Amino acid sequence: MIIVGELINASRKSIGAAIESEDSDGIKKIAKEELDAGADYIDVNAGIFMGKEPEYLTWLVQQVQESVDAPCAIDSPDPEAIQAALAVHKGIPMINSISLEKERYDKLMPIISGTDFKVVALCMSDEGMPETTDQRMAIADKLVNSLVQNGISLENIYVDPLVQPVATNDRFGVEFLDSVEKIMTTFAGIHTMCGLSNISYGLPARKFMNQTFMVMAIAQGLDGAIINPLDTGMMANIIAAEALAGRDNFCMNYLKAYRGGKFKL
Amino acid sequence: MATQDIYQAILGFDQEKVEELTQAEIDAGTDLDSILNDGMIGAMDEVGKQFSEGELFVPEMLMAAKAMKGGLAILKPLLTGDAAISRGTVVIGTVKGDLHDIGKNLVSMMMEGAGFKVVDLGPDVDVGKFVQAAKENNADVVALSALLTTTMPAMEATIAALKEATLPVKTIVGGAPVTQAFADQIKADGYSDDAPGGVELVRNLIKGR
Repeated sequence: MIIVGELINASRKSIGAAIESEDSDGIKKIAKEELDAGADYIDVNAGIFMGKEPEYLTWLVQQVQESVDAPCAIDSPDPEAIQAALAVHKGIPMINSISLEKERYDKLMPIISGTDFKVVALCMSDEGMPETTDQRMAIADKLVNSLVQNGISLENIYVDPLVQPVATNDRFGVEFLDSVEKIMTTFAGIHTMCGLSNISYGLPARKFMNQTFMVMAIAQGLDGAIINPLDTGMMANIIAAEALAGRDNFCMNYLKAYRGGKFKL
Repeated sequence: MATQDIYQAILGFDQEKVEELTQAEIDAGTDLDSILNDGMIGAMDEVGKQFSEGELFVPEMLMAAKAMKGGLAILKPLLTGDAAISRGTVVIGTVKGDLHDIGKNLVSMMMEGAGFKVVDLGPDVDVGKFVQAAKENNADVVALSALLTTTMPAMEATIAALKEATLPVKTIVGGAPVTQAFADQIKADGYSDDAPGGVELVRNLIKGR
């Protein structure tokens, strides 16, 4: 399971403030905490600053990589911002994300084409938010094939089937879960990834719902997630679910986690 | 008072009951305006209030609106004269380049629940379409939604275009990255961070004309 630490996101008040005040130590501390808690990638997002996103995103990558020896997930809908951040990123980054939205696709594809970058492929198109599994698969099909044709191998593609709030439509959980399963079985060697917390938007007790959804998604084959690695409950659920899904030889990770006190919640 | 029963049935998310009671009140000769205002719109206002206070959640707003609309469908054909004229017309949409619509849909729904005529243009609406829809529908308010900072400039462009077309409309804005400061900067007439707040804004803006 690839864990992308989601905390360094400007839409979180403390991070927005840290960016504006150039609180380098603050950002570095969080990056280290996320890495120590098990993150494989550190997501960086400066998406609330109109016009300054490239500058702030670049700064975030620099702070993170001065603090930890880890790759970033460069998180922006703006190809310009991504490009700016790439100029300073050390090692192989994850690009979060590309979709079939024409403007975004046309600008971003040349940047990632033929590279070793990990690429999150978001199931969105100019036709709007997909609601059903079939709509998602139609987008995934086009998007994955064009990524492959542009020299990006399946092993580097993380399809995000788009999580939508179950509060607005009873079917939104199921359509997503079915999509994960279909994608994993349709494209051998591909990965799936998502930011789960959308599922609980508009409902109370969000943490609980997010954790439960994660377990269900892992059962369907999800093998990447953008989460808060400091959420011990979530991490414990992931470890147990992975073992139950047959992705933990001799339950080694599970036992290691137990001995590391990870199930003491 | 039986309009109170309709009010309670909406707060109880019971569409069947709302429809039954509405028909019963109509048959009993109750003042239609009272059914609409006290029974239905009043209930949706309470729903909005409880939502803003964190006591009701999104699915419950959706159920309440559904229940109210069930009753409204029975009542509407009978409304004549002043009661038939809606409280005002709102054109709403997500700005160009932005496909997010869940928040906008909630706002649309609450505005209808408050008795406004709502023309929902959907997501990814370009400036020209907003202006045209405002003209064609004699809109009182144009409501703009955006969830991406990259599309917020489209809000500014839309407001400017409406002013240039010298249409007598007010504008309100909302969406996760939008703030009161931004709204002031782009000369919007109002900003709200939730759907019930948007309804209040529209009410006040229309009242103030």
